[in-house]
Amino acid sequence: MNHDTLATPPQVEAHQGQQHPIGLYLKIWGYLFVLSALSYMVDYFHFVGIMRWTLIVIFMLLKAGLIVTIFMHMAWERLSLLYAILVPPLVLLVLVGIMSIESEYVFWTRAIFFGGGA
Amino acid sequence: MSQLVMTEKEENSTPPQGVSEIASDWAADQEVFRHTHWGKAMMWIFLLSDTFIFSCFLVSYMTMRASATLPWPNASEVFALTLFGQSIPLILIAIMTFVLISSSGTMAMAVNFGYRRDRRTTAALMFATALFGATFVSMQAFEWTKLIHEGVRPWGNPWGAPQFGASFFMITGFHGLHVSCGVILLLIIATKVLRGDYDRSGDYSSVEIAGLYWHFVDLVWVFIFAFFYLW
Repeated sequence: MNHDTLATPPQVEAHQGQQHPIGLYLKIWGYLFVLSALSYMVDYFHFVGIMRWTLIVIFMLLKAGLIVTIFMHMAWERLSLLYAILVPPLVLLVLVGIMSIESEYVFWTRAIFFGGGA
Repeated sequence: MSQLVMTEKEENSTPPQGVSEIASDWAADQEVFRHTHWGKAMMWIFLLSDTFIFSCFLVSYMTMRASATLPWPNASEVFALTLFGQSIPLILIAIMTFVLISSSGTMAMAVNFGYRRDRRTTAALMFATALFGATFVSMQAFEWTKLIHEGVRPWGNPWGAPQFGASFFMITGFHGLHVSCGVILLLIIATKVLRGDYDRSGDYSSVEIAGLYWHFVDLVWVFIFAFFYLW
């Protein structure tokens, strides 16, 4: 973490803060490949319904997590930056909720009043 | 003067942890992101705003798909390719995913070599990343051409819900635009690395900032792949 270098000027820290072995990146690269292959397999082997959606979302979140924490170095940033970036997108869940209620309404309006037409 | 006193005080006391660290960062008379390179903080804030744009596209896709009364075209069949006499579902998209992930891998290593002041390796890895990116865009162009020939338009397609075309062109088009801009950015930064600009200024942060943008493009693709192609 960056906490112990609190008093050092930002310039210096920017250069010393990101020293990780190359092996770490290769390992994450490997994990991302495996996770992508697994999510492709979900389609290839015709998983359907709740099983399909659960697997897709799990693999998606794992991949996104690896990219943000390791590749984008979020694991080594200060908490102030981390929360400033990662918390605001959570309000999007409200939008998802509102719009899924709305789409349900539109679907039934179309089904009932337009005889199932587009 | 007050700035000086502040710095003095910080050096003497132990740094706050957890929630109190966030509180002290935001509350005090100081810059919140002072230990982060300004370009990096700005790039993160830009990426946050871009997250909202892509989310708007994906949420409207969700709304259109959930409210469509005609069946949604099966992406697995729409994006199938016939290779060696066999129809393989979604194969082009799978290859595109692997290409973009590989480009993220080379970019992450480029950032690392940048901070080690390894000028040539950094530039080489960045050019490799740009090459992967260009490959991705070309495959996307191929995919668009194929679908347009098959009769997919923003207002309709031969297989079902007309909203499919609009979501497809809007989402993948906007993502493709981001990849194209990323390739240009990478080429510019890589040229500057090779020329030794950052060795002279002693600051390789530009490589990391370009890297952040590139990883974000990959990140968005993870969500598009899951929600648009696999769902």
